[in-house]
Parts: sequence; structure tokens; C-alpha cells
Amino acid sequence: MSALFLIVRLAGERVAIRAAQVESVVEIGEVIPVPGAAAHVAGLAALRSRVVTVIDCAVSLRAGAPAPVRAAAVVTLDGHAYALLVDGVEDVVEASGEPRPLPGAVGGEWGRIARAAVEVQGDLLLLVDVAPLVAGVEPGSRAA
Amino acid sequence: MDDLIADFIAETREMLAALAGEIVAWEAAPSDRSRLDAIFRFVHTVKGNSGFFDLPRIRALSHAAEDALGAVRAGSREADARLVTAVLAVIDRLGELVAALESDGTQPVDDDEELIAALQGRADGDDHSPAAAPPLRGPVRSIRLPVELLDRMMSGVSDLVLVRNELARRLRETGASPELEGCFERVSASIADLREAVTRTRMQRIEVLFAGLPRMVRDLSAETGKPVALELEGGDVELDREMIEMIRDPLTHIVRNAVGHGIEAPERRSSAGKPEAGTLAVSARQAGNQIVIEISDDGRGIDGDALARKAVAAGLLTAARAAALTDAQKIALVFEPGLSTSASVTELSGRGVGMDVVRENIERVGGVVDIDSRAGQGVRLMLRVPLTLTIIPALTLEACGQTFAVPRSAIEEIVRVRSGAIRIESLAGSRVATLRGRRFPVVSLARLMGRVSEAGLEDTLIVLKPARGGLYALAVAEVRDHEELVVKPASPAVMAAGLYAGTTLADDGRPVLVLDPPGIAARAGLSRDPAELDERTPPPAPADRAMPLCLLFRSLDGARRLVEVGAVERIEEVRAEAIGATAGRLHVALGDSLLPLVGCGSEDAGRDMRVLRLGDGVHEIAYAVGEVAEVIRPASPVLPAASPGEILGVTLHEGEQVELLDLHWLFANFAAPAADRAARVPLCVLPEEDAFMRTILRPLIESAGYRIGGAAEAAGADLVIVNADSAEVPPGKSVLRLRESAAPGDVGGDSIHRYDRAALLEALAAARKTA
Repeated sequence: MSALFLIVRLAGERVAIRAAQVESVVEIGEVIPVPGAAAHVAGLAALRSRVVTVIDCAVSLRAGAPAPVRAAAVVTLDGHAYALLVDGVEDVVEASGEPRPLPGAVGGEWGRIARAAVEVQGDLLLLVDVAPLVAGVEPGSRAA
Repeated sequence: MDDLIADFIAETREMLAALAGEIVAWEAAPSDRSRLDAIFRFVHTVKGNSGFFDLPRIRALSHAAEDALGAVRAGSREADARLVTAVLAVIDRLGELVAALESDGTQPVDDDEELIAALQGRADGDDHSPAAAPPLRGPVRSIRLPVELLDRMMSGVSDLVLVRNELARRLRETGASPELEGCFERVSASIADLREAVTRTRMQRIEVLFAGLPRMVRDLSAETGKPVALELEGGDVELDREMIEMIRDPLTHIVRNAVGHGIEAPERRSSAGKPEAGTLAVSARQAGNQIVIEISDDGRGIDGDALARKAVAAGLLTAARAAALTDAQKIALVFEPGLSTSASVTELSGRGVGMDVVRENIERVGGVVDIDSRAGQGVRLMLRVPLTLTIIPALTLEACGQTFAVPRSAIEEIVRVRSGAIRIESLAGSRVATLRGRRFPVVSLARLMGRVSEAGLEDTLIVLKPARGGLYALAVAEVRDHEELVVKPASPAVMAAGLYAGTTLADDGRPVLVLDPPGIAARAGLSRDPAELDERTPPPAPADRAMPLCLLFRSLDGARRLVEVGAVERIEEVRAEAIGATAGRLHVALGDSLLPLVGCGSEDAGRDMRVLRLGDGVHEIAYAVGEVAEVIRPASPVLPAASPGEILGVTLHEGEQVELLDLHWLFANFAAPAADRAARVPLCVLPEEDAFMRTILRPLIESAGYRIGGAAEAAGADLVIVNADSAEVPPGKSVLRLRESAAPGDVGGDSIHRYDRAALLEALAAARKTA
């Protein structure tokens, strides 16, 4: 029995997010900036009657330019809804096995947000942790 | 299991409520089969359900009633008045038992044998009338709902409000027919009603908070060996359930402190002439849109002096500052982190810890904590919290091209910069506003948010009074509207900015950030200004307040000097013509006042210069400066000067020696003459339109120690000056007539020539003596 994963494109990589963590996938419209907040906080967006905090994952990863396409995966963390801006959303798929610890060392920022890999349709993809993405560049300090 | 019991209670109560009508009808017509069936079904269900739990009394009663009613249904027994009475008594008893189960989860021990006997027809019934049983509780119709469902309703209603607003805008744009308008109005009204009702569903009685206190106090009392009587009042006050959760911990802390530290041991109490048992009273009441929770004990009170000593020992206060504190301010030190008056650390409540946390928690939800203590008589704490966290009256405003909201409770006043009511001065980059004699810092929202280029567009000031700290003015581009906003907590990623209290949705459905006035003050580096402290705000304590804020400047001779910012009224550029070596010293004319000029020699008098206008509240002096550098708070101690004079002492700033001006010496030597003679400044009234009087004579009169008033004040004036040819006979104690010609003419023999300086000064001095 395998779990479902959402496959997204993030800073040039195809990565997996546990589908159970993802509430929905949306197109983000207008984003209201939050002056004074960390750089990876793109701002606030209204999702129906809810205010979600929009996280620019590319900035979170220090991967350069913010995502041009406004596709986002909405996740809930500690009771707060976040929209994770990604480069693109592919599909929700079933993994071919359980997530496993990373076979080797993964460099830099990726190592911080991904602690496991999962095999999906023959490809081995990084399994991304939502919390460090939301926490931004310095996990646990600024956004904790 | 608890859930199951709760369901059982709820179901039973619902059935009882629904049955109330049936019972009355059955009593009137005992042979009515359908009523009988309904009651039978009730006792049957109760019997069945109670079997799952350990509820022997309920089970026995319902069982007996079921048997009796079953016999009636089977026709083997008649529904006579005695049976009806017995069944009603059983139903009442069941109601009581369920109520007891609901309130404290227990079943009181009592004997139901008599009721059961009556049911079985064994009793000699008459001595047990149903009136003996307490009446059934009023039919409370209630249902149980998961809280998430309420939240969903709330969010649904918020959606409705947003759609309504959107619709309203569209209707305005397209122009609707009156019928459509009327229809829309009705929808609007319904939505408003609905919103209010849903908001109320989130309210809870504060009882749920109070319920745990008796047990807690009893346990604390047992642990400490101090008998304590707890008095609770106002448990029926309702507030938002989220708010109840927010004040749970603070309340617990306070009660623990009161029993642990406030109330004395019985021996000490009796030797102090108090009853051995202490009293702790907790009450709640609604005041406007706030809930006031008051916790008072009759213990030893807080030793303010001890707190002040500790604060000094902990380096939070200088000894001088501590000595200047009022009693109330000393007691309020209890809210400073790390202070406690308790000599001992107890298992119970640590070391009186937590009062700082208490205040922080209460302020975080927009509340205020007040403390009042009398030595030997006890402590009274008042927590004031808003009714609800979710809907707050707010002001929306425009800054940095986007909309923000600020809670209305923090707003003192809104002032347009260009209105003239307010004066804004720049002290080395920090702006200070003066409004009706009050002075407070100005914080540019755009600048704080890193959009310096937009700071120039700010022409509205919102004077804010944060829950903690002094007044300040927030400069914004534009104020929009007053609105009732549904405020939601913001995510940690947003809160990390330190500027926001939450988020909300505007009428157009866009997210709006709600500003946090205390957070902004902290972010802008504002300290609590002692001048703005009132009795209720806690005293300034931390060590960085040991030295006042000072303005660093370079004097004309190039020395780096400091002057307390509080004394600087403004910085002015003066032209050489305004400076004169008059009356034996340098004076500078600023606007229509003449100020002694200090800080330069007469050799500097011939050039344009910059002066600091210093004020002590009554007098002003001008201090010449070369350039103004910045506002700093000196970190090093001040070494006193060798001899009294313009310089109080010297301190270090960034490795350089800087001199601190001795304001007292300056005012004593340059502004004091008037103060020496009389505390009251005599009033001189001049003719309004006379250019000579107003411009040429006025400085002379002022330098003689008068203040100048208008004709309206003539009746109370000490001296009235008029033209000799004037026919009027002015009121006032003394009248001085001035003539234009050197020689006395046919008018006014008692007049003085207006350029006869000696005679004028003599007359002015003479009038002063009588003043």
C-alpha cells in the first residue's frame, strides 16, 4: 500500500510533496505584500474567505528568481494555511514504494527541505518537507 | 467514554424538554394513549441508555417507571392520579440526576426507594406529594455541536458578508432599480442578523473558567496550610471561547500567586487582626465591549519598596529613578520580568513569577492589566479584555500603496499634517510632533516598512496609544474608513515581521494586514517616554532608560555636546539681524519672542546661525549650535564638571568625549530673573493695532518681565499701556500713557514720551511692584 504524492516543479527539480499534506492546488491571483516580513513571504492572498500566506519556494530555497507561474499548493501547518508557489504542478501519483532516506548527501538548501526520496513511476524524486519551506531560509528562527 | 456520557446527558435533556408538554397533557387526560406511549418511550430509552453506564439510580428509576407504565399499556393497571403523580415525580427526579451528572459528573447519593414504592402502588402516597420534588428545570433547548462546525459557519457568514459587499458595489456601479435596492437591503439585514447570531454561538459563559477554581484553591489551601474562602461572581458573563482560552493561564497564575504569596499564614493573619481564613474574590462583569475580571485577596499586599529595591539591584532602574517612583509605579514593577517580592521559592508558584507573562498574554489579546495594592490589606488585579478576538472595530488606512487596518481601540486622534493643529519638527532625522502641548514621536509607516521613497506622501497622522508604552503618531498616506473587521490570526511567517496583529479581508475580498500598535512602537525603537506616563501605565524600568535621550551637536567653537531631547523645543535658523547684544547680554528674536542667547560670544552675534530653542515649560532660552548630529542615548556614566557652569559633565560617545549641557544652570542663570521675582508673570496689555507698541515697545516690556496680552485681557492686566491721546479709560491695576512728542503737550500730563527709555523702565518696574 503506497501513499499518494503531488509532483511539482520547484527550482528546476521535480519533487514530491505528500498529497495528504496538500489541501488543494490553486492559481494564485493578486498577492498583497507583507512589508517587513522575510523575503520568502511573497505576501497574502485570499482563497475564498480565507487569508493564506503565500510562500515563494524559490526564495525559500535561495534558488534565485521568484516563480513566474502562480501555481501553488495549499498546505496547512499548525492551523495556518500557506500557499506554496511552485514553478509548475504535474500530477498526483501513487508511489511505487515507501519513502526512503536519501541514498546520498543532497546539497545545500535541498538537504534542508528534503530528508527522503520516493520512487514514483520509475523516477526517484526528493520528498519535500513542508515545514522548512514555510520557515524560510533560517528554519526555526525567523518564522518559528 | 466521557463523550458517550455527554451524549447521553444531552439526549436525555432534549427528550425531557420535548416531553414537558406531553407530561402536562397526560396529567390532564391520563387515559390518552398517545401521551402515555410518548412517556413510556422516554423512560424506556433512558433505561436502555443508562445501562451502558454506571448510573444505578437512573437505571432503577427508569426501570420502575417503565414497569408501571408497561402495566398500564397492557391494561393490567389503571392510570390513576396516584400513578400519574408518581411517574411525574420520577421524571422530575431523572431530570435532577441528569443535571447533577452534567454539572459535576457525579450522581448524588440519595434514596429513591420512596418514589419507586409510589410507582409500584405500595406507598401510602399522600405524604409524598409531587410538590416535594423540585420543579423540572425550564425547558432548555440545546444541541451539541462540534466547534469546527461553528468555525465553518463563521467563515460561511464571512463569505456572505464579502459577497454582499461585492454585490453592493456592483449595484452602485450599474445603478439598480428601487425594487432591487429594497430587496438587497433585506438581504443585507438578514446577513447582519445571521452574523450576529453566529457570533453569539461562539460565546461561552466564563463559568467554564471559574469552574476549576474552587478545586484549585482548595488544593492550594491544603498545600500551604492557609485556609482560603473563594468567592466567585459573574459566572454568567459571556465571552468568545477563544478569549476564554487566552485568559485561562493568566487567571490561574494570578490565583496561584494570591494564595501562595498574597494570603498570609493563619497565625500571621490573626496577629494582624484579620480573620484566619483569607478571602479570594474573583468576579467578572461586562463593561461596554469589554469584560472586566477582577481578582482580589485580603492578604499582605505587595511591598512596593521591596520591589523597587530589587529592580535597582537587578539593574532595571537607577536608584534615583526608583526614589522618584510613585507607590503605584513601584507596585506596577511586579509586571517587569524577573522581579518578585517573595523571599522564598515555593513549589506552588515559583517565585511569584509570571506576572510579566500575565501582562504579556493579556495585552496580546488587546487587553489591559491594572494592579492595586494596599500594604496589609491585599491586592486587587483587574483584567480588561475585549469581548471577542474576532470582530474588532478598526480604521482602514492607506500606506505604501496598500491598505492596512489598525484597531480603533488604540487610536487617540487623527490629525492632518497640514491642518495647523499639529507642529512637526525634525530632530536629526527623528520627527517629533507637538499637539496641544503634548509632544510625541512620529513614526513613518512607509519608512518602517522600508519604502522610504513613499514617506513623503504621508500627510495624515494617527495618534496611537498602545496598550503598553507612550503615545506616538503614525504617519500614513491616507485614512480610509471605519469598519468592523473579522480579524484572524496571521501565520508565524507574517507575525515574524513584528508589525502585525493579524489579517482580515476587506470588502472587496482582498487580504488586509492589521497593524499592531505596540509592535510598531517597538520596531521603531520608541521607548516609553516618562513624560507620557500616566498613573496606570507601568513605570519605565529597563536599564537603557537610565540616561535620557540626548541630542548630539557641535557647538560654535567645535565642541561636541549633548542636551536632553526633552528640553529641546525646536531647532531654528536665525538671521544675524535677529541677534543683538542688548540689555547687557545676547538676545535673539524668534518670531515674536525674545530669548536669551547662550552658547556663543558677542563676536558671533554678527552672523546667521542655528539655535536650539530650549524650554523648561515656562521659560525659553536659545542655545547657539554649529551643527546638529543625531539623537543618542549615552551609554557611559557622566563625570561631573570641575566647577558649576554651562557644562554639567562629560561622557563618552563612540570613544569621543562629549559634554553634557547643564540645563538647570542655564535656566537658572539666563532665564531665572522673572522666576526669581514672582512665580506669576505679570500681564501687560497693549493696544492691538499700534505698530510701535507691538513691534518696538514689546521686547522692552517683555525683557522687563511681563507677558503681553490682548485687549480682551485688559480687565485682569497688571499694566495697561495706551496712547496718551486715547480717550478711553482702560481697566487694569496700572495704566501707562505714552505720547509721541518729547515734550508733554496739551494731552496727558501724566504721560511718558515713548522713547524715554529710563522713564519707561522705571514705570514698568513700578507697575511690577504693585503687581
